[in-house]
Order: sequence, then C-alpha cells, then structure tokens
Amino acid sequence: MKGDRVMKFAVLVFPGSNCDIDCYKAVESTIGQPVDYVWQTSTDLSAYDAILVPGGFSYGDYLRCGAIAQFAPVMGALKQAAEDGKYILGICNGFQILTEARLLPGALLRNKALKFRCHSAKLRVVNNETPFTRDYAENELIDIPIAHGEGNYYCDEATLKELQANRQIVFRYEAGNNPNGSVDDIAGICNRAGNVVGMMPHPERAVHELLGSADGKRMFTSILNAWRERSGAAVIGG
Amino acid sequence: MKAKVYVTIKQNVLDPQGSAVEGALHSLGFEEVGKVRVGKFVELELQTADRGEAEARVKAMCEKLLANTVIEDYRYELE
Repeated sequence: MKGDRVMKFAVLVFPGSNCDIDCYKAVESTIGQPVDYVWQTSTDLSAYDAILVPGGFSYGDYLRCGAIAQFAPVMGALKQAAEDGKYILGICNGFQILTEARLLPGALLRNKALKFRCHSAKLRVVNNETPFTRDYAENELIDIPIAHGEGNYYCDEATLKELQANRQIVFRYEAGNNPNGSVDDIAGICNRAGNVVGMMPHPERAVHELLGSADGKRMFTSILNAWRERSGAAVIGG
Repeated sequence: MKAKVYVTIKQNVLDPQGSAVEGALHSLGFEEVGKVRVGKFVELELQTADRGEAEARVKAMCEKLLANTVIEDYRYELE
C-alpha cells in the first residue's frame, strides 16, 4: 500500500550553505521522516518527495545572492521536481536561489535600512490552504526568526497583483513590523501551482520552545499531512 | 578583446545602497548631490577577435548571469 511508504526529504547543500543541518534536524525532530543531504553536484532528485533549499551564503553570495547557485548541477533536477509537483521549500538564501532560478517570481533586494536583521519576527499566515501551511489557522500570528541582509522582496506592480489575486502570498510580516522594506509586507510566497514556497524567515529554527518558538513545527507537519493526503494515507494530528 | 559591463538597479527599484551613499555625501557637505545609484562594474577578457560574436556573447552573459533583469539594467562596452 502506498500509504505505508515514508516521505523522503532532501536538503540541498551548496558551498556556503549553513542552515542545512538545522533543516535536516528539523525534519527528524518534528516529523521523523527520512532525510538526506544532497550535494549540489547531484543531478537526480527522483527519490525524494520534498526538497528543502536551505539558508546560508551559497557561493559566497558573490555577484548576487543565489545568482551562481541557480546554475549548480542539482538545479535542473530541482526544476524537474517542481514541474512534477513535488514539495519544494526555499528558506532565506534558498528563497533567493528559487527567485534567481525563476521558480518563484520577483527578487530579494538589500534590506531597506541596509542592516542585517537577526531576531524573532511576527508573521501572519495569509494563506493556510497551501501544502506548507494547512496546519495553521487562517490569519494566525506566528513567531518565526529572521536572519538576513537581503530579504527585501521586490516585484513589479503587475506581478504583485497576480500574487494577490492567486493567493500566492503565504506569509506577511505583521503590519507595522516589516523588517526589510518588502513590498506588501511579504515574507513568503508560493508559485502558481502552490508546490514551491520561498520565505525569508526560518521555520527550521523554531521547532521547539527551547529555541524560543515552536511555531515552525507545523510547516513540517503540514507538508507531511499534505503528502499523506495526496498519497491516500491517513492524516495524523500535528 | 575586453568587455566592460555596468550593472545598475533599475530606476524604479529602490536602491538602498545608493540612498545611504547619498545621505553620507550630503552630511559631508556635498549638497549639490541629487539621486545616487550604486552599481557593479565587471571587466571581462574575451578570447575572440570577432566583435559581432563578442557582442552577442556578452549580451547572453548579462541576461543569463551578470544581471538579474527583474531588478537590474545593464550596458556594456567592447574595446
């Protein structure tokens, strides 16, 4: 029976990734599913049901954040996985890589105040009907840390209207607390199909009260439950 | 042949670095300074003597890697 199968996670690793271990441990500790590190030279992701693109400074962030990583050998397989409807989550530098690779629209600019912002942030769950957010309540306020110097999400007016109309804005910073100047207070978006999400905040750093917040845990339970539902298996309580 | 590529943030996109430099110049007494934009300068040595080919290749390099055309403009010179 397909439902007996475990969900397999990959965490991509680029030279300069530094949140890969956090992502790996978060999958292990929140949902206990098998997870592998996949080095950027791999060209096959067919064994995985979900792929995490972690934070850090891939290729030293030279030229632009994510600009060089977008051409790593593994990116062809990642694009294929996105087309196949697999779940892809890019966090921080991972979000920057996904925009550079055009798997998500827009770009991440230098923070408006030029400061590297590293602190907890209040996020509003704008769309709780994605595979990544289904275990949250609509409009729920959650506490997830940020740590970035270039998280100022930008897209042109036409793209913003599309994002709004298609419910592609997944997370917003709480009104009045936008840390980086992003348009429409955007903290995270998804693609049109909803299977690719990019976000600047770090849910993998918020999986236990001892870390300051456990609000990120439900992103992982959401992904597992969405996958199980799609695979026809029983959905577990978060 | 050498190519000089200039990459700048688009006019309608906020350039936080440019704004910071503008503020710094004002506080140093350079009040005549208006808008400041900070960009990148990339110098490339090309192993070709064919100007037409070089131009097409440099344009492709800009589109593919050197500039992110969602937020940046580019121009180049060959010499």
